[in-house]
Amino acid sequence: MTSLDPQRIKKDFPLLERTVRDGQPLVYLDSAATSQKPRAVLDAERSFYETSNAAAHRGAHQLAEEATEAYEGARARVAGFVGARANEVVFTKNATEGLNLAAYAFSNASALARHGREVDPRFALRPGDSIVVTEMEHHANLVPWQEVAAKTGATLRWIGLTDDGRLDLGDLGSVIDSSTRVVSIVHQSNILGTITPVRQVMDAAHAVGAIGVVDACQSIPHMPVSMADLGADLVAWSGHKMLGPTGIGMLWGREDVLATMPPFLTGGSMIEMVYLDHSTYAPPPQRFEAGVPMVAQAVGLGAAVEYLDDLGMDAVAAHEHELTGYALARLQEIDGVTVIGPRTNVERGSAISFTVEGIHPHDVGQILDSRGIAVRVGHHCAWPTCRRYGVPATTRISTYIYNDHGDIDAAVAGIRAAQKYFGVA
Amino acid sequence: MDVDSLYQEIILDHYRNPRGVGLLPEPHGESHQVNPTCGDEVTVTVTADADGLLHVGYEGQGCSISQASASVMSELVEGRPIAEIHRVEAAFLDLMRSKGSGTPDEEVLQDAVAFAGVSKYPARIKCALLPWMALRDAEVKAGIPVEGGSYE
Repeated sequence: MTSLDPQRIKKDFPLLERTVRDGQPLVYLDSAATSQKPRAVLDAERSFYETSNAAAHRGAHQLAEEATEAYEGARARVAGFVGARANEVVFTKNATEGLNLAAYAFSNASALARHGREVDPRFALRPGDSIVVTEMEHHANLVPWQEVAAKTGATLRWIGLTDDGRLDLGDLGSVIDSSTRVVSIVHQSNILGTITPVRQVMDAAHAVGAIGVVDACQSIPHMPVSMADLGADLVAWSGHKMLGPTGIGMLWGREDVLATMPPFLTGGSMIEMVYLDHSTYAPPPQRFEAGVPMVAQAVGLGAAVEYLDDLGMDAVAAHEHELTGYALARLQEIDGVTVIGPRTNVERGSAISFTVEGIHPHDVGQILDSRGIAVRVGHHCAWPTCRRYGVPATTRISTYIYNDHGDIDAAVAGIRAAQKYFGVA
Repeated sequence: MDVDSLYQEIILDHYRNPRGVGLLPEPHGESHQVNPTCGDEVTVTVTADADGLLHVGYEGQGCSISQASASVMSELVEGRPIAEIHRVEAAFLDLMRSKGSGTPDEEVLQDAVAFAGVSKYPARIKCALLPWMALRDAEVKAGIPVEGGSYE
């Protein structure tokens, strides 16, 4: 395994050459929100539009054939990246849509069952059933399940957190019990950085016959992840956090689960036969891809996967682990800085949230921005997690393959400058 | 980039030493507003007395801009005739929509002119407006006729 050279990698990203806020070099520390895109991804998308653009899975002309081939080729490439078969990968608009697709399978099956329609009983929920999430979920893996609970009468439960930012598995046996029908948890927290023991929780879900869902948005871009190792039934993640374009996400599903899952969006492309009064549906993954798909985005994503494969995900993970360790150490040298989430570089990813005593995160972010440093501030779409740790918001730095020690040093200098500016140090 | 145009000394002073903090007992109107992107919160209470003067109380937590704005607002409006307050509200809203090109009326806005620089930062305008939105909504809830109702 060769180690990454962020200086060389940076040259592949046109945007990272620009300056911000009166000519200062950009220090981009917000990759957990979205990653920047290498030239190879931009070229692939442009080249598709310039040479092969057509609607995939339609038409009998050469361009339609090429577009279909490009789209399905991207699916195979992405599937291979996570050790899956191509027919197990559904393209969605983003990870949020993927998680909604999973959640709607339950509310749709429940509604159909109430009207006497035959459905896979694994998806049909009733009062008395329970849905389990964790206290560190992104809103995208919480709000859809609140909706399912409201529509079906099922009860929403959650696995709590420890003070050091881990899942509290002490009472796992009472949270996941015989009433549990679905367990949906995050693999790597977008706010705390925690890597969860996802396999253990999925095994607990399967032990009671529940479907296991994983939000892998923050893990798949940053470390080698194989669907077999996760042990889940459904896994959602996004393309734009792993160097790909916006507008494309993935939902992987185990073949036997996708086979009986009711569709979410309906219409063209996803049907088998359509009559005026009823329709039958195509097999997965087409059943879950209504409408003309995002072919150019899939092509761009395929190029992103190729770029990551060339670097090697082991090397990516090693680079980020080293950088995370450095960032944790440097940040915690600053008086008044408190890391929210795991403070040691064990089972954690590169998103690091922190507070600065006496300065609101919004103001920390503003001072950093004035120095050309892009970070995220706020509740990071994980408001209940903020409440759990008694903070209204945090500042978050998150790194990727193009970041180096110099970027962390810039952030540390910026935080110290903010303390000076606001008179708290 | 120079952030001093954003963080005027008056703003930092109000942030560090907020004036008029505290909710009114049994107010005629109360409004809790949040900025869902960053978690800033402010609650404003209002009561109109028999002479048509408005009394205001507030509580909040959040960034320097939102909290200083609440403090400046409470100083500006406390105990004044409602019609005058509406002129101040309108002037502040105009200032926030000016994208940094407005010339604030110092006579009307007083300390609030310090927020002129905020109007150049789109992400922070909502912070500055949050207490003013709460004030307007609290007035509506108190049954005080407000031109245009609560604004978004």
